[in-house]
Amino acid sequence: MEFFKIKKDIPFMKNAIAFNAVSFITFLAAVFFLFSRGLHLSVEFTGGTLMEVSYSQPADLNAVRDQIAKIGLTDVQVQNFGTARDVMIRMPAVKGQSSAQQSEQVLTALKTTDANVQLRRTEFVGPQVGDELAADGLKALAFVVIGIMIYLAMRFEWKFAVAAIIANLHDVVIILGFFAFFQWEFSLPVLAAVLAVLGYSVNESVVIFDRIRENFRRYRKMNTVEIIDNAITSTISRTIITHGCTQLMVLSMLLFGGATLHYFALALTIGICFGIYSSVFVAAAIAMWLGIRRDDLIKHTGTKVEGDPEDPHSGAVV
Amino acid sequence: MNRYPFWKYAIIVIALLIGSVYTLPNFFGEAPAVQISAGKSSVKVDALVQERVEQALKAANLTPEVLSLDNGSLKVRFDNTDNQLKAKDAIQHALVPDANDPSYVVALNLLARSPAWLTALNAAPMYLGLDLRGGVHFMLQVDMPAALTKKAESLAGDIRTGLREKNVRHSGISRNGQTIEVRFRDMATLEAAQRVIQDQFVDLQTTSAPDGADFKLSATINPVAARRVQEQAIKQNITTLHNRINELGVAEPVIQQQGTDRIVVQLPGVQDTAKAKDILGRTATLEIRMVDDSAEARSAEIGSGPVPFGTERFLERSGQAVIVKKQVILTGENLTDAQPGFDSQSQEAAVHLTLDAKGARIFKDVTRESIGKRMAILLFEKGKGEVVTAPVIRSEIGGGRVQISGRMSTVEANDTALLLRAGSLAAPMEIIEERTIGPSLGAENIAKGFDSVTWGFVAVTAFMCIYYMLFGVFSSVALAVNLLLLVAVLSMLQATLTLPGMAAMALVLGMAIDANVLINERVREELRNGASPQSAIHAGYDRAWATILDSNVTTLIAGLALLAFGSGPVRGFAVVHCLGILTSMFSAVFFSRGLVNVWYGRKKKLQSVSIGTVWRA
Repeated sequence: MEFFKIKKDIPFMKNAIAFNAVSFITFLAAVFFLFSRGLHLSVEFTGGTLMEVSYSQPADLNAVRDQIAKIGLTDVQVQNFGTARDVMIRMPAVKGQSSAQQSEQVLTALKTTDANVQLRRTEFVGPQVGDELAADGLKALAFVVIGIMIYLAMRFEWKFAVAAIIANLHDVVIILGFFAFFQWEFSLPVLAAVLAVLGYSVNESVVIFDRIRENFRRYRKMNTVEIIDNAITSTISRTIITHGCTQLMVLSMLLFGGATLHYFALALTIGICFGIYSSVFVAAAIAMWLGIRRDDLIKHTGTKVEGDPEDPHSGAVV
Repeated sequence: MNRYPFWKYAIIVIALLIGSVYTLPNFFGEAPAVQISAGKSSVKVDALVQERVEQALKAANLTPEVLSLDNGSLKVRFDNTDNQLKAKDAIQHALVPDANDPSYVVALNLLARSPAWLTALNAAPMYLGLDLRGGVHFMLQVDMPAALTKKAESLAGDIRTGLREKNVRHSGISRNGQTIEVRFRDMATLEAAQRVIQDQFVDLQTTSAPDGADFKLSATINPVAARRVQEQAIKQNITTLHNRINELGVAEPVIQQQGTDRIVVQLPGVQDTAKAKDILGRTATLEIRMVDDSAEARSAEIGSGPVPFGTERFLERSGQAVIVKKQVILTGENLTDAQPGFDSQSQEAAVHLTLDAKGARIFKDVTRESIGKRMAILLFEKGKGEVVTAPVIRSEIGGGRVQISGRMSTVEANDTALLLRAGSLAAPMEIIEERTIGPSLGAENIAKGFDSVTWGFVAVTAFMCIYYMLFGVFSSVALAVNLLLLVAVLSMLQATLTLPGMAAMALVLGMAIDANVLINERVREELRNGASPQSAIHAGYDRAWATILDSNVTTLIAGLALLAFGSGPVRGFAVVHCLGILTSMFSAVFFSRGLVNVWYGRKKKLQSVSIGTVWRA
């Protein structure tokens, strides 16, 4: 079986401006929604108490809300979690009241109407922890960005490093934009997914850059645009199959992983889709505009130590 | 050209063998067990205890499947929960006669059902996190400023005594936050006082400033001493928590320091959070009262008369009754420290108590007036009092330093000091994070994680086999090996597996297949360009390797960042993610190449390879 029978190189770079415009507009939209709507942060970040209770029959959310309002708790969110029988209750931290008291109170109140209600899970996070988590998240992001840039600059050239990071950071912003637009809950696992996506979609750019470098060595007569087009065309089949396979796994998580893994899998799905787009259309184009040349990489091959000596083409360059 | 030297095959076989052995325990599941561990620092679980347990079980007509003693805890495994519960009762009865004073913790637990030879190899199933097995997680923040304030308070008292001994006149000592301020009428006395403080109190650093007509000397705890105070405070709080949790009867509690001022407590299997929190937050209180030595009290002590008015009857630890007056002289609030040690003259084991300034003054007055009488030191826990010791007062005791000695072994002195210190936490703590996961949710999470990995795996391998034919089969086998090795490494390291960890497992499998896709696409491309099958395989693997390495390093960078900065669920994800990337490099490249070499490597005149359709331009 073969999905991709591409006879000629596809002129990706001819339309680079159009592709990047699409990308830029999505990016701007994401930034707009991030600022206008903000992220719907989970209890882990904001501090507060979260309870998950389960009823034997589908729960009446309005009744649950009424009961909680009766005991004087305000600003409480009540929603279904996974199934109609499971209810998630989020409460902000109340001064002078421990979370144990709070959750106990709520549970007693709920038990007055349905004695079969079961406490499945509670989670309480103090406000100081939330701030730290947010700070740590940003630190991790910075670490990933800097680490990947240094590695790519060493392995390729700074222009590639910059191109890859711009392309993939914009994926991250777009994922966040989705979470802001739909007001999906942004929790710690989602943060992990976002960072994993960053590492993963840089892979894509690396594979294409690797091809570009190889093409520079192999096809001495092609110009930069042709070389990039050829590199993308010859790796497109792999790009799509790999992402397809990863997406199969993520899909399985989306279907079987339950509510806890739902947003995690969703973040990965968005990341994978935009990851293809950005590494194929954006990263290479930015590298092209930054002015990559044959000399940038040839110079490297002279001193390259990690290069494979068995590569029949590495000798042909000199 | 596609042959591996013998040693490479040997590595593959060895890796597979080790991987299988360490993965194996995960398939045996867990069996109910009873776990016995020490409930006090003074008792040990040893061969003697094992004998007692064996006898108790024999008496109850129960035969355990396995009985093993390791790391100071005795584990007894049974074939069903009925026997487990019966055994727990029997053992509890034999080892813990008094439920209020447990020397041993007898708890229900689950033990791996793996055969003895696996256990001997240290092969254990993966360690499941709380979200998979259910339980309670707490993070407590120790209030360090409070610990320092307490220390400053006690130092202020010491300075007062020190200055009086050296005859340095001051016009007032006060504590302002963590700073001790001493006022003087003239500069000369201030300097004299400064010398005294510098000589006697190495923990303090002083600054002086004029204050209106007076001169003010400010002393603060220096950074080194402050750090020491904080370290001691957190250590003491951890010890206290250990003691309290022992009463809950949790099989494997985790109590760890996190950072400089936090403590993480994890109680797997505990469902009653309210009780857990109650016990964690409980403060035992210390009280010092006078013993009633009147004739009525004496008769009440031996149980032949009623307890006199205004007194209460308490038991000593030996079981001896003591009649104590209701009036409280001092409480634990005035106690700043209790350390085990030795009497300087008799060399007997003793406990040294340090009282704060107020406590010292009261203590001095009381002891002066009551020489020859007995004084009782009581500890109240769960609203129940116990007399720790009731010594006779021999002389007036000033300076706030009290020594309790007589009829005590070193171990008892240690225990008493600990109890007294435990009576008041070194510094107050606050729960800043709390998670409770019900057992049904834990089991559901395991099922969900397992389903995600299984179905994802099935889908990916099905696709690979159809799309790449035999090479797809090789890739799928390599992916299975990746999973095997990952589970083996996780079992070996006993890293905590959480639900995000299971998600990472699925994700890493999805990413690991990338390496095989790269290789297979490369081989096809070589074939398309007219290379012979053997050289296409060779070139495909070689050229793909550099790319695979690059892409794995970038993924690994992200994984390491998560590991370094992540906490809780993120960390669980990151550990599996990083390990999975490492194992994938072995399985997807080295191992799959081995498979291909075995299959195709020997065929000199290979005409075609089964890698799906290769179209020619």
